[in-house]
Amino acid sequence: MAEFLSRWRAGLAKTSKTTFGRIATLLGATEITRATWDELEDLLIQADLGIETTTEVLDSLQRLTRSSGWTQSSELYSALRQELRSRLDIPPAVVFSNKPAVIMMVGVNGAGKTTTIAKLAQRFLNEKKTLLFGAADTFRAGAVDQLQVWGDRLGVDVIAGAPESDPGAVAFNAIQAGIARGVDIILIDTAGRLHTRFNLMEELKKVHRVIGKASPDAPHAVWLILDASTGQNALPQARAFKEAVGVTGVILSKLDSSARGGMAFAIQHELGLPILFAGLGEKPEDLTPFDPDAFVEGILGN
Amino acid sequence: MFETLTGRLNQIFDQLRKRGKLSEADVDIAMREVRLALLEADVHFSVVKTFIARVRERAIGAEVSRALNPGQQVIKIVNDELIATLGEPAPLNLTGAKPRVIMLVGLQGSGKTTQAGKLARMLRSKGERVMLVAGDPYRPAAIQQLQQLGERLDVPVESDTTLTPPELAKRAVDKAEKGGFGVVIIDTAGRSQLDSELMNELKAIVANVVLVDTLLVIDSMIGQEALNIAIGFRDAIGITGLILTKMDGDSRGGAAISVRSVTGVPIKFIGTGEKLDALEVYDPSRLASRILGMGDMIGLIERAEAAFDSESAQKSTEKLMKGQFSLDDWLDQMKQMKKMGPLSQIMEMLPGQMGQAARGIDPNDIEKNFKTTEAIINSMTRKERRDPDILNASRRRRIAAGAGMDVQDVNKLIKQFREMQKMMKMFQKSGMKGMGKMFG
Repeated sequence: MAEFLSRWRAGLAKTSKTTFGRIATLLGATEITRATWDELEDLLIQADLGIETTTEVLDSLQRLTRSSGWTQSSELYSALRQELRSRLDIPPAVVFSNKPAVIMMVGVNGAGKTTTIAKLAQRFLNEKKTLLFGAADTFRAGAVDQLQVWGDRLGVDVIAGAPESDPGAVAFNAIQAGIARGVDIILIDTAGRLHTRFNLMEELKKVHRVIGKASPDAPHAVWLILDASTGQNALPQARAFKEAVGVTGVILSKLDSSARGGMAFAIQHELGLPILFAGLGEKPEDLTPFDPDAFVEGILGN
Repeated sequence: MFETLTGRLNQIFDQLRKRGKLSEADVDIAMREVRLALLEADVHFSVVKTFIARVRERAIGAEVSRALNPGQQVIKIVNDELIATLGEPAPLNLTGAKPRVIMLVGLQGSGKTTQAGKLARMLRSKGERVMLVAGDPYRPAAIQQLQQLGERLDVPVESDTTLTPPELAKRAVDKAEKGGFGVVIIDTAGRSQLDSELMNELKAIVANVVLVDTLLVIDSMIGQEALNIAIGFRDAIGITGLILTKMDGDSRGGAAISVRSVTGVPIKFIGTGEKLDALEVYDPSRLASRILGMGDMIGLIERAEAAFDSESAQKSTEKLMKGQFSLDDWLDQMKQMKKMGPLSQIMEMLPGQMGQAARGIDPNDIEKNFKTTEAIINSMTRKERRDPDILNASRRRRIAAGAGMDVQDVNKLIKQFREMQKMMKMFQKSGMKGMGKMFG
């Protein structure tokens, strides 16, 4: 726990400075006034929590303030932290009973799917698992090469097809190869696509179906990679991917940027999707299990 | 929550029903709604504050014109202010001695490499000799990505992983000058504005070569951080223009307002897809409507155009005008409609009263309706589809059985079809004039 927190803190260190002073002044030894609430609202909005979540959090805090008879803004701080924390679940442990377990990675363009796959792979390799990559992004220039470079670096084989070839076929081949080789986990990379692109989402559904044909019950996990700097569009994005291919969990990438990833609250709350991992840096070991406590600290810039 | 701003404001002002000048109280109520709309569109909260203050000042005491109701009046002021903030689009600054050097910068995954390819394509099609520079040695295969784009476009790509990006930029520009190239486009690695090491690298490129344009590539889906990112890049290296990417999604794109208000530099292009021709000159009024959530009719029309097979669309329009619209054509239309994407999204793009009406309908119901209609029509013979008049009771029973429906469903569909035909005939007489009212 302490180690997680410190890594998380290190990842967020740069960003923390900017608001630390603010929340300290805001929730210092002053009386709670209208301005306190306004500024708290700004703080949560700025962290991309969105209007709806922000309003809910503030309503709950205001009720608590009335019932507890608080007058000093310093009394709000732990309540705010608790309120935020209560809205996030500790992610379930990632364990697979199937062998091979097939994980399908999806997301919009530029979310960080391929990089995240490399980081996940490092994690699984540390757990002494054997892996295989399926390079089903046959569309974007350089996508297969990108995964291949990671495969070479990590010593993981990559099953790929010709450029512009059918991504479903690549996924199918990858799973067959994985079964034949007896690997533990197969990670399927897919092309980034905006959730509003009907045909591309249909294509993704097809890849999902084909994976099921290659191995019954597969995919065993469908993970959505979400860029932490995404604003209100994160929710419709997650909803669309969930509806299309039954996303089972979310990975928040690039949380080491200055963004705070506040949309995670709405995604957990409205879609019931757990946040599984967070990307906190460039290095493979910088992908850590999502830690709700550390995440809330990051939101508060503390 | 997801009502449009127009709808919400009209609701508020419906209760007031005042004419004449807008009072301070009226405006304050309206401003609360405008604020919510802008925050929902990801405009930075501090930018929203100053924006609201400006609009409030203009709106109080503003004469309500006879043509507009108070809600529309406020919307108009907000819209005008937004358009002014967004500013006019600007072309690339292709001036000065050749080669003219353009650099693309931004966060990881914002779309720099793809936009570099698109710019190269656009310039090349205008007859420029273009060189691409692969200035991202960090992300695996970023260089290959640009090389593959270069191959497709037949544009040379300079790369050398033994050089630092500033060294590579310098060498490439020298080479371009000797080789008689008109434009050099430098792609750079994605970076956070907080990464001082990588920001210093950009500063070194700026010091090494003379740039005509430094374009910040921003993902239109980005949230509140857009402001800090823009400030970071502006302060470190100076920005001369913006490219807003992934605009083919359904994000409202409020980041454009945040970024514009702190950099003041023009939005030069918007990226509207992954293909290399998906780079457009942006239209401030369209973007303003989108940010306000007032529907995107032009976007809707474009989506329809992309999905519709123009030839068959024209054929069915002709038939429609001649009153020969058949069940086959109906089926055809439904199929094309489906290609436009989920109905829920299409409905969100609808403006005004149409949008409000649509929001009361569950898109799933319509989609289900589509399916039953399709099943019933598919169970008819060709002859029946052309001439529904021959549908007697026994034919209807057969069709119902074939589609797995009740005879009533078949009857309902035929009735609906008749009503549609009647409506078409009305349009034929009155032309399209009647349509105007639907776009309140």
